[in-house]
Amino acid sequence: MIDLDKNFNTTDNPNIPTLKSGDQVSVHVRIKEGERERIQEFKGTVIRMRKGGNNANFTVRRTASNGIGVERTFLLHSPRVDKVVVERHTHVRRAQLYFLRGLTGKKAHLKQKFE
Amino acid sequence: MLKGLIGKKIGMTQIFDETGVALPVTLIEAGPCYVTQVRLPEKEGYAAIQLGFGETNPKRLASGELGHLKKSDLPPLRFVREFRIKDSEYKVGDKVTVDVFGLGERVDVIGTSKGKGFAGVVKKYHFKGHFETHGTSDRVRAPGSSGSGTTPGRVYKGTRRAGHMGSERVTAQGLKVVLVDAERNLLGVHGAIPGSKGGLVLIKDARKQ
Repeated sequence: MIDLDKNFNTTDNPNIPTLKSGDQVSVHVRIKEGERERIQEFKGTVIRMRKGGNNANFTVRRTASNGIGVERTFLLHSPRVDKVVVERHTHVRRAQLYFLRGLTGKKAHLKQKFE
Repeated sequence: MLKGLIGKKIGMTQIFDETGVALPVTLIEAGPCYVTQVRLPEKEGYAAIQLGFGETNPKRLASGELGHLKKSDLPPLRFVREFRIKDSEYKVGDKVTVDVFGLGERVDVIGTSKGKGFAGVVKKYHFKGHFETHGTSDRVRAPGSSGSGTTPGRVYKGTRRAGHMGSERVTAQGLKVVLVDAERNLLGVHGAIPGSKGGLVLIKDARKQ
């Protein structure tokens, strides 16, 4: 039988670089409103990367006004993601940064990592 | 002309359509099948074609099966199934591949559903069960009353009861073909199909177009 994971993958989205948990990114998403198409930017921290072939995705968390956290999950292979720009890498010691959900302000700040 | 194909369920994944919508897709390793016999109304009383699928070790087949295939100069095939196809142009020995189906066509997929064993009425017929609190003890998933009292004095036939569930022939109707890969003999249909991974499935033109 054909192995599903090894043999069937849609092409990678070439505009998404290799991402890691803790990266500060800005995700540009194509949004269709009726006939018009525009690009929306979502800036935040990658708090998890999920594998799973064509379902691979990553979650970006940002703090909106009044300290309300907003999380958005994007599909890694989706053509709707126009591009992802990595603004900085940060020093993190775990793969899933769920602890950020309980922190606000300066405590939620991650130290920048320089290459 | 009607079409049919035998395949093996590979599993589910998702692909993106041209607008970027992620579609749930079941992949089927379909074909290549060979026409092993053409049944004619004048000879067998009905029109059909017999397809064979899955090359295998000749030792796995009974001598009768082997002889049937050898007659038409075909390799040893594990599965042989019939499709009621009228006025077909197929001849014995023809190879049928996934290309018979085009993108956007509707198909019916027949498979054997996953066996659930002896299942209760809650799982099998979606009975509601009882309250979990207010004094209920050991009756949460029980079927409750199965009929009236002295009149009619019996339980009607066909009353839904616990029993074996699954492992039966199920048809998923009107699924859209969203992927055809002739190189790898892959067929992708929108949505789920019955059975477990590796299960044998029959693919036909949709009955309800």
